[in-house]
Amino acid sequence: MLTIRDLDVWFGHVPDRVDAVRQATFTVQQGESFGLVGESGSGKSTILRAIAGLIPTWSGRIEVDGRVLDRDRRDRAFFKTVQMVFQDPYASLHPRHSVDAVLAETLRLQGMDRIDQRIVRLLDDVGLGQGFRFRYPHQLSGGQRQRVAIARALAAEPRVLLLDEPTSALDVSVQAEILNLLADLRAEHGLTYLMVSHDLAVVGHMCDRLAVMQQGRIVEVMEVGDLRRGAGRADYTRHLIDASGGYRREA
Amino acid sequence: MTEPLLSVRDLSVTFPTRQGSFQAVRGISFDLGRERLGVVGESGSGKSMTGRAILGLVRPPGQVQASALTLQGQSILNLPDRQMRKIRGGRISMVMQDPKFSLNPVMTVGQQIIEAYRLHASAPRDQARQKALEMLEAVQIRDPERVMNAYPHEVSGGMGQRIMIAMMLAPDPQILIADEPTSALDVSVRTEVLNIMDRLVRDRGMGLIFISHDLNLVAQFCDRVLIMYAGRIVETLPARDLHQARHPYTRGLLDSLPRLDAPVDRLPVLQRQDSWRDADLLAPHADTDLPGGL
Repeated sequence: MLTIRDLDVWFGHVPDRVDAVRQATFTVQQGESFGLVGESGSGKSTILRAIAGLIPTWSGRIEVDGRVLDRDRRDRAFFKTVQMVFQDPYASLHPRHSVDAVLAETLRLQGMDRIDQRIVRLLDDVGLGQGFRFRYPHQLSGGQRQRVAIARALAAEPRVLLLDEPTSALDVSVQAEILNLLADLRAEHGLTYLMVSHDLAVVGHMCDRLAVMQQGRIVEVMEVGDLRRGAGRADYTRHLIDASGGYRREA
Repeated sequence: MTEPLLSVRDLSVTFPTRQGSFQAVRGISFDLGRERLGVVGESGSGKSMTGRAILGLVRPPGQVQASALTLQGQSILNLPDRQMRKIRGGRISMVMQDPKFSLNPVMTVGQQIIEAYRLHASAPRDQARQKALEMLEAVQIRDPERVMNAYPHEVSGGMGQRIMIAMMLAPDPQILIADEPTSALDVSVRTEVLNIMDRLVRDRGMGLIFISHDLNLVAQFCDRVLIMYAGRIVETLPARDLHQARHPYTRGLLDSLPRLDAPVDRLPVLQRQDSWRDADLLAPHADTDLPGGL
């Protein structure tokens, strides 16, 4: 469904050029949930943004559903296939647009018909009742906002969702609700996920396979079972698993 | 039992709103000894507001009330600003979540630490400079001379947080309030910052209030944990027993965490109950019992 080969992403110009991603290669199968983990600055979000067309300075090959992507242009068919959910639900919704306006605009842009019925469906899909339809973001909690952001991404009826730390701004109790929702939606709609997270437990819960990144490079692609056993091949992977196991008082 | 460093009784923080007054903290009581005390809860549970109230940082129209708020026997409840400034930073310090927002961007790191130190210690400049260098070394900064002359944007997040800790600890406070000190940091840097705080508590006999939403971290790092819900303490336990917590709220929070060692298909979701808002504590007085310190 998604093939990334020899992806380089950089910012700025020589001599100040920063190579954010170097020679990243991986494939995500149809219906699979694939995780990208690593510390901040390792380039995991950058990969997502390059796929979404938000960063034009990349080289290599990105293939979505058999079609090779241009460097900086994405056509309508692309956005019907791939949608993105961002980290911070407080920043990603327009403060002066109601839920209804957000979804209606998105549906119109995607050229959908029967917009009214679709809004009702979308809100049901993400577990928000009709009571939320005419609310504004400031009248919603963080978890409810993230549900609206997910509904907006689903409006195009995409087949791939790019999830950039979808729960890291939320409380653990709300995180559980959103992760359950994402799992349900994947099963119902046969979605493919590419998910970025710094939380190994979240990726372990949500994903089938994952890539571990360090300083722009993929150091290892592994099965989630290996992650659970702590069986990383690369030193860095084992270090990361160990560090995320929590705090141990020094002797 | 020794006298607690800090004693809080029936503390509440109230904000007037158009819909009547809103109580962010509703009558909580606890004592702090020379220990690492964790305060956990969801956002909006009042944990940060508790820290701010102790330091006298709740701005009007917010109101702080308590039947007692004492620092080693001395009342610090609603002190006039002039007196509070002597305590704040000098005897009780605070480390905030994100060093990007709590360091002054137009002063060098050295200037800031020296200024903070001289406010409380009235030491001559060169002595303050020496102290600043020592503090930076104490928080494991390898090249303190260079960092002294750096501006905050020139250092990484983890280093920024260590600089904050160095600055807060220079006047040798008795209590450190750390509000989500590691949430903005990567896991490997997090361990370093925690080690530093741990060592300072042990070596100086400081009291630490560690505010966090991360239950596992608190269970591993702290001695004792208060769990807050809707402005109240619903349960308090020794940190090592956190996983045997009895309150359904604490249990619900623990269960909703995904775990690498115990995969599940669906995560249990917390079912909130109205009764938690006003229910009694599971064990009366547990919140004011000192565990005996370190």
